[in-house]
Amino acid sequence: MRTFPTAETLKRAPFGLADVAVIVTALTVLALIAHLGSDMMAAFQEDVPLPEIDLDPRRLPYYAGRSTLRMFIALFFSTVFTLVYGYVAANSRRAEKILVPLLDILQSVPVLGFLSITVTGFIALFPGSLLGLEAASIFAIFTSQVWNMTFSFYQSLRTIPRELDEAARLYRLSRWQRFMKLEVPSAMVGLLWNAMMSFGGGWFFVSESEAISVLNKEYILPGLGSYVATAIAQENLSALGWAILTIAVVIVAVDQLFWRPLVAWSDKFRLEQSASAEVPSSWMYDLITTARLPSLLGNFLAPFSERINQFLSDLSRWLPEPAAEIKEGNDRWFNLLLWLITGVLIAVALQFVITTVGVGELIRVLGLGVLTLLRVSLLLVVATLVWTPVGVAIGFQPKLARLLQPVVQFLASFPANFIFPFATIFFLRSHISLDWGSILLMSLGAQWYILFNSIAGAQSIPTDLREMADDIGLKGWKRWQRLIIPGIFSAWVTGGITASGGAWNASIVSEIVSWGTTTLQAQGLGAYIAAATNQGDWARITLGIGMMSLFVVGLNRLFWRRLYQLAETKYHL
Amino acid sequence: MSLITVENVHKYFPLPEGKGEFPVLQDINLTIRSGEVVALLGRSGSGKSTLLRIMAGLIPPSRGQVLSNGRPLNGPNSDVAMVFQSFALLPWLTVQENVELGLEAKGISRTVRRQMALRAIDLVGLDGFESAYPKELSGGMKQRVGFARAFVLEPQVLFMDEPFSALDVLTSENLRGEIDDLWNAGMFPSKSILIVTHNIEEAVFLADRVVILGANPGRVRGELTIDLPRPHDRTHPRFKELVDYIYQVMTNPEIEVVGREPSLVGAAVTPPVEISSPWATPLPHVRVGEISGLLEVIVNLPEGTDDIPRLAERLQLEVDALLPILDACVLLDFATVSQGDVKLTPIGQDFATTTILRSKDLFRQQALANVPVLGKMVEVLQEKKSGSVRSDTFLSLWEEHFPPVEAERQFATAVDWGRYAELFEYDTNEDRFYINQGESEAVS
Repeated sequence: MRTFPTAETLKRAPFGLADVAVIVTALTVLALIAHLGSDMMAAFQEDVPLPEIDLDPRRLPYYAGRSTLRMFIALFFSTVFTLVYGYVAANSRRAEKILVPLLDILQSVPVLGFLSITVTGFIALFPGSLLGLEAASIFAIFTSQVWNMTFSFYQSLRTIPRELDEAARLYRLSRWQRFMKLEVPSAMVGLLWNAMMSFGGGWFFVSESEAISVLNKEYILPGLGSYVATAIAQENLSALGWAILTIAVVIVAVDQLFWRPLVAWSDKFRLEQSASAEVPSSWMYDLITTARLPSLLGNFLAPFSERINQFLSDLSRWLPEPAAEIKEGNDRWFNLLLWLITGVLIAVALQFVITTVGVGELIRVLGLGVLTLLRVSLLLVVATLVWTPVGVAIGFQPKLARLLQPVVQFLASFPANFIFPFATIFFLRSHISLDWGSILLMSLGAQWYILFNSIAGAQSIPTDLREMADDIGLKGWKRWQRLIIPGIFSAWVTGGITASGGAWNASIVSEIVSWGTTTLQAQGLGAYIAAATNQGDWARITLGIGMMSLFVVGLNRLFWRRLYQLAETKYHL
Repeated sequence: MSLITVENVHKYFPLPEGKGEFPVLQDINLTIRSGEVVALLGRSGSGKSTLLRIMAGLIPPSRGQVLSNGRPLNGPNSDVAMVFQSFALLPWLTVQENVELGLEAKGISRTVRRQMALRAIDLVGLDGFESAYPKELSGGMKQRVGFARAFVLEPQVLFMDEPFSALDVLTSENLRGEIDDLWNAGMFPSKSILIVTHNIEEAVFLADRVVILGANPGRVRGELTIDLPRPHDRTHPRFKELVDYIYQVMTNPEIEVVGREPSLVGAAVTPPVEISSPWATPLPHVRVGEISGLLEVIVNLPEGTDDIPRLAERLQLEVDALLPILDACVLLDFATVSQGDVKLTPIGQDFATTTILRSKDLFRQQALANVPVLGKMVEVLQEKKSGSVRSDTFLSLWEEHFPPVEAERQFATAVDWGRYAELFEYDTNEDRFYINQGESEAVS
């Protein structure tokens, strides 16, 4: 260990090209955030019209910046929430009993449902300022990202290897040290992967939440989503084209500049102790590690962070755990209380819905739910029939797969609602009813998960097995039946769950679309929720969202969970 | 001077659904004195790792207490540092940061910490690897980091939990030798060592005193003083004698361990434990293939018999792997073990040399005669009109006597044996047992 730089390092110029690049980038990002952020505070009066969206393409970088800023603010809050919620759930047996099922339910509530429920509240919270809308939009993105990040963190905390946990306890790490040295690092890889995936899905919701109508009033936040909404209202096709180009550039840029470097960095947090075969690489990460400035800065700050860590450690000194004597009696009361509260809540919600809209409506909404369920199912079947063969063909050719996988990943995070107008025009011209057309709209976002996972599944089939199949002459359908379907089954289930969740979410915006002044509407639960939100009808919003959550939870329990277990036990490669 | 004293420690694990408790350790008394190396030797199921963790304060005992430096233990033992079987290094910290971990927790300043860590890294011969990450190191080097991390705390007693068993033969030999050298040279940073192992030679080589644990439930069977000058010379006849004696003790649960005199006069003293239910008798976790494999090796030896230590060496099997197979052979009456030698019975010789079909018949015959639980399962199946039973029915019977993980292992072993013997069929998809149609008459 050297404290002083050697002569050789001193001879080298203290600054390299990489350092210049890092400084310039850092300053630019700071300036951008300051500029975009100050606009978030813009005031508005209830009667004065909101700022109009300018369809001049030169304004697009600004709108893209505003949308991206929202995404990152939501990501920040998601991370904080994840760390707190996951930590509490994993460390308190009682809290776990409430928090984990609650998470399961929250995950099933459609993201746009959260928006419908909270937007009026947020507007009331910041009267006379756009900040309320801003907060509602960020909250919607937050709800699209946070649940699976939290689940991932909680799971990692519960599966910390026993001997690592014992070492940490025997060496008496304080709670803070344990959190920083053991718990967060061991969760890092999964957490980052989930954050990246949900962030990709978030583009859909950011654009959807920037232009919403609540209580028959249009609210518009400057951003890419509202730009698209304005272009649709004005039937401006070229503006739409520019918007699509912009979002594509933004997605690629965020991936290259933010996620890739993080993934490359997080590789050292892998728990397997052997060097992994494929190390993720990123030019941006290389740039940062080549530059000397970050490490110089790190060395300079080390004593301070040491001081802070020591302080936090002293605050969270490890305490001897009292022998864990589980008191069954107390637990029984606690469980009983939980059931009681749940029962009362359900009764109150039911009572509210029934007294305001009546039982007839309840049954009608159930029927609408079945209609949407049929759409989602048909979508899954068709997407599977179309994309699984393509995915398998790609997956069996490693070179092609390596080339196409990022493309498919890009398609999955591309917000499908940017494409909706083109589909709407197509439906209008060819007189296709949205009852069928909405399936296509939902699939624009959802199908890629099936393709993506089919590729991954096909790649995971060992070469030995494929050679064996060739050798004994397994061909055609037999080959699919005996080798390919079982081989990709678990990957397909993962893709299917994600696609189905995405389709339910998308139904709220897919069952009602417009072009200019023309509006197409389908019969379904999604359209019902959208209409209720538009009218600000609380009882119907509650009913619609409750019903959709019920469908999603029921489907997960009865269908997906069983398939998942089958995949885990029988078709595990 | 005694550093750690274990007084009347019992440990129970609760069985599921309030079915009572499963005893893991029974009335353990043990003392670690200053300046000695103690080995805890036992087969799997003897609770040796659990005992170590109770002494380290990581698990509380159900009854009894542990005194460390005269004070009763409550929470992790600060007089102890541990070296783990799987190394337990944090992969995201460098060698240096891993070694500093315990010091950091003590709140020692950065500069002091650094110097102490460097000294410990130097001691284990990892100079130059301070900034490497664990995944860049070989297994042996990783465990050196594990030692350095424990050394740097200068504990009173160093605990080792099978520290060499995750390493290959040559690496473990090398590292074990170096640790022994450090101890013999008086450079060891702790006053005593407690090592948990199932490797008999390792115990005799490193320890001044070997404590032998028995299984089901775990208890101290006795202890043996290794009366050899340090370092213990493996070629010394006394060394061989001690190893042979321990093998005898461990293959025969009825022998009393008679301290330093390895003589066999002490005949069966502890009566075999009274077991009422066939579901309470643990099956050794061995595949049928392993049984016939071992029998075939022995039958092909010129004398048709072998000394167990030599057999272990020949097969490159650790005691933990070999002894359960021997248990199964004895249980099925394919072989007998006496005085550390294993000998095939006539049925065992037949089984090892005959055709597959006939060997299945022999296995079925022996299993029904000697393994009550298999007979019981067939009986239950025959009583059912449908000739089929859900697997939970059997599983819950085991769960009355074993904790869930062990119950499932018992279940899996019974399924393996029963399937091979064609006593029943087990359908994994349906989770059901079916009576074997062709064979049901043969059984009754």
